[in-house]
Amino acid sequence: MNKNGSKKSIVIIGNGISGTTLARHIRKNSSYAITIISYESPYFFSRTALMYVYMGQLPFSDTEPYEPQFWRDNSITLLQQRVTQILLDKKQLLLDDSRLFSYDILVLATGSKPNLLGWPGQNLKAVQGLYHKQDLEKLEEWTPSIQSAVIVGGGLIGIELAEMLHSRGKKVHFLIRESHFWNSILPNEETKLVTQHILDKGIELHLNTELKSIASDAEERAKGVYTKEDLFIPCQWVGLSVGVSPNIAFAKKSGLEANKGILVNKYLETNQKGIYAIGDCAELMEPQQGRSPIEAIWYTGRMMGETLAQTITGKRTPYTPGPWFNSAKFFDIEFQIYGQVSASPHKQKERHIFWKHNSKNRTIRISYNPNTLCFLGCMTLGVRFRHAYFDTVLRENKSMDFVITTLEESFFDPEFYPTYKKEILMLWELEKSNLIL
Amino acid sequence: MIKTQKNIGLAFGLLGLVILSLNIMYSFENVPLFFSLCFLSMTLGGILYFNALYGATLSGIHNNGVWFNALTAKGLWGWILGLVLTSFYIAIYWFPELLGYRTETASVGLVAFFDPLSVLLNGKLATQWFMYGTLYTFAILLFGIKFIWKYRSNPYQIFRTLSVVFFQLCFAFLLPELLSKLNPEMPYFSKDIKNMWPLNYYFFDAWHLEGMLNGKSIGQFFLIFGLLMIFVISPLLTYRFGKRWYCSWVCGCGGLAETAGDPFRQLSSKKISVWKLERWMIHFVLVFVFITTIAVVWSFLGTQPELSLVTKERFILGVVVLLLLILLSLFIKHKNGFPKDAKYTLISVVSILLASIGLHYFSGQQNIFFFETYTFQKWYGFGIGAAFSGVLGVGFYPLLGSRVWCRFGCPMAALLGLQQRLFSRFRITTNGGQCISCGNCSTYCEMGIDVRAYAQRGSNIVRSSCVGCGICSAVCPRGVLKLENGPLENRITNPTFPLGNTL
Ligand SMILES: Cc1cc2nc3c(=O)[nH]c(=O)nc-3n(C[C@H](O)[C@H](O)[C@H](O)COP(=O)(O)OP(=O)(O)OC[C@H]3O[C@@H](n4cnc5c(N)ncnc54)[C@H](O)[C@@H]3O)c2cc1C
Repeated sequence: MNKNGSKKSIVIIGNGISGTTLARHIRKNSSYAITIISYESPYFFSRTALMYVYMGQLPFSDTEPYEPQFWRDNSITLLQQRVTQILLDKKQLLLDDSRLFSYDILVLATGSKPNLLGWPGQNLKAVQGLYHKQDLEKLEEWTPSIQSAVIVGGGLIGIELAEMLHSRGKKVHFLIRESHFWNSILPNEETKLVTQHILDKGIELHLNTELKSIASDAEERAKGVYTKEDLFIPCQWVGLSVGVSPNIAFAKKSGLEANKGILVNKYLETNQKGIYAIGDCAELMEPQQGRSPIEAIWYTGRMMGETLAQTITGKRTPYTPGPWFNSAKFFDIEFQIYGQVSASPHKQKERHIFWKHNSKNRTIRISYNPNTLCFLGCMTLGVRFRHAYFDTVLRENKSMDFVITTLEESFFDPEFYPTYKKEILMLWELEKSNLIL
Repeated sequence: MIKTQKNIGLAFGLLGLVILSLNIMYSFENVPLFFSLCFLSMTLGGILYFNALYGATLSGIHNNGVWFNALTAKGLWGWILGLVLTSFYIAIYWFPELLGYRTETASVGLVAFFDPLSVLLNGKLATQWFMYGTLYTFAILLFGIKFIWKYRSNPYQIFRTLSVVFFQLCFAFLLPELLSKLNPEMPYFSKDIKNMWPLNYYFFDAWHLEGMLNGKSIGQFFLIFGLLMIFVISPLLTYRFGKRWYCSWVCGCGGLAETAGDPFRQLSSKKISVWKLERWMIHFVLVFVFITTIAVVWSFLGTQPELSLVTKERFILGVVVLLLLILLSLFIKHKNGFPKDAKYTLISVVSILLASIGLHYFSGQQNIFFFETYTFQKWYGFGIGAAFSGVLGVGFYPLLGSRVWCRFGCPMAALLGLQQRLFSRFRITTNGGQCISCGNCSTYCEMGIDVRAYAQRGSNIVRSSCVGCGICSAVCPRGVLKLENGPLENRITNPTFPLGNTL
């Protein structure tokens, strides 16, 4: 590497959204030599689309946002290898095949891995999480021999797994520790609505239920699970989806400072000069107010990649994401959030107005500050809102009155869908009159 | 349960198809009875089958298993269906006698099976085209039901499908037949109002113009309305709504593609190389259709000395002036350098211009550029009309997707597309930073547009090929895409970063 001595050599470990975005933006601003090393797949693919591949909606190749030619055209070198160690003093990487690879600048974008909480039986056959492409291939192998499946953990990947197996005609037992689906994020009405929808889909939902252990058959394959109440649920496959954590074992071992993730300052710099971490694997030492130190989501990876590219190409830039936004889909129900909408808000600091369609799975929740009457955020089920609109009103700290009267602009559903601005306006007038009383 | 219902549906559908195909070898005694049985059975079968598919599920849009199904993922069944459809088209276009069509005597076989309906509607015995039109319309109706059922949660899809079904049934099928019945003496001309030039490539052919001119008030209405459509209505509607007003709300080819073709929409290629091919093809088609049309009008004018107002010379002069104006506006619009697709337009306009001038000097009364006028037209009709729109366009649905013709061959789509790209309020807006690059939008784009490439950058989609079917928006799991009409300013966007960050 770096033979002609003129080009800085940037090495990125991980070809996910963070590593790829970083590489693309470095290329836009510079002619540095860029290499991406990643073991999972030869090309960047969209992890978020794995479920659609399993459901037969997409061929795997359609999850790759760029054609192979793209990497050649942009002279980004791709290497499908696993990095086993970072030799900090030599500025070299040790690869799986014992090769050494030099770098001038190193970026860790190694993503996450599924959590395992030490359950008895978690290493049996047909017990797995869903994160990597290989997990999907494993699941595909087990699929013909599954009649019923148990999924543990009521988060976003859990509900995707439920939909996936359901779509292939499997009986699905969905074990959720909480009283309703995702109720740490979704307020009461929403969590009830989504929980009902899961039931309507024909999922066997076990609320307030925790996994105790996984039982094995004679071939070391899972044959069922025991819950903490000692209920036995027979099954041929167990999906573990109780969250993810940073995939950084090799980096920790090599001497990078780490907690749960690789520790970085707001410039995404690690404790070693010339080494950075972005995306799921990075843990911010000083996250923005109201944000968590590790955000294992697509958008964070993308924005960290964009930001670090500025720094690496000469413009040192702190990571300052704009107002919070996120989205998901629970079977047929789309979910969007902009700004701050807490599941159980502190009444003195955050209040909500809430609207629900009388027959369809559509809700709108708008939160505001009762002291300043400023708009704080909104959350919808089954209704699409316009990101640009909320990004602006949140950055400009607009009042509720402003937002409610201009809400028309924010509806993003296709043409001929109703908008609900009148209903929201009425709710807000009512709320205001109550506030005064 | 659902499986049995599916099988019963399939059985009824097949029964109808068997009755239909039996006609190729065997003539029924009681045609009206078997004709009704045949179509009722197909309808019933279809509805049972669609009910099994969508009746019992909640209203979300699902494409589960599309890529596991041999029919929809280019498996054996896809190839078989492709083969059957292609053979059917080849028979209709070039060997209609195989289907029982006779010129001298009354037709027999499959064509004759449609005689009673044809007599009822237009007072004449059926031709292979009447048979084809009936089957075509029936397919749009039946699969229109399926489409609406599948996308019932989305009002835009419902609106659009009702619209294409209505235009096919009334304007393309019933009205022309009834008009011929009421005016049996009228010379032939196309009576499908919405089938405008250049999709109707023979609109300006001498025989067609004469047909309209001699067709009394009805003929003249069609001539004037046809011209209005081309020069006023269509540009206005395309400006207002984009080319979707035609391609996916009105057009018959689009109608079939959107209904019967829907299960195959994912098969269109999204490769950049294919996009390049598309651009070459579409500009070639455009240049070709303009030059041939200018040529036929030019030679038509030569045969009409009584039209002293519009002489050949004035006509060519008019064309040249118009093209120069277009060139001028292109230059003004892109005074700071031409983007790639504007270059294609530029080259096309210049070639039409040169060809028109050349035409005037190098052609005689009976020839265009030394080719016989009608040889030119005949080959065009063969290449574009039959081989492309029918055989490749529909026959290859299960292999190349449902919009091959619309994407690579249709002169109408090309023309409207050009306008959509340069002068229309239509665009698909992407929702800031919400895209997760999953790829559903691109996969289910029947026109092969890599929608995701735009969505993940947060830039609007303004593409000449987009027919505005709205499926990308319908299948997006994160609410990222919206078809919108808005002001022309800032319609084309290319942000360095999608929304969300502060840089
Ligand atoms: C099923 C599923 C659905 C999801 N859906 C959503 C969603 O809808 N919205 C959302 O916001 N987020 C979603 N996420 C989360 C999102 O996908 C992740 O946050 C994002 O992919 C993280 O990107 P990344 O680039 O940081 O890491 P990754 O995408 O995990 O990429 C890291 C890469 O690093 C490579 N790597 C790791 N260690 C090494 C090593 N030692 N040597 C070489 N290579 C290495 C791996 O090969 C891996 O490909 C989902 C995740 C999953 C699993």
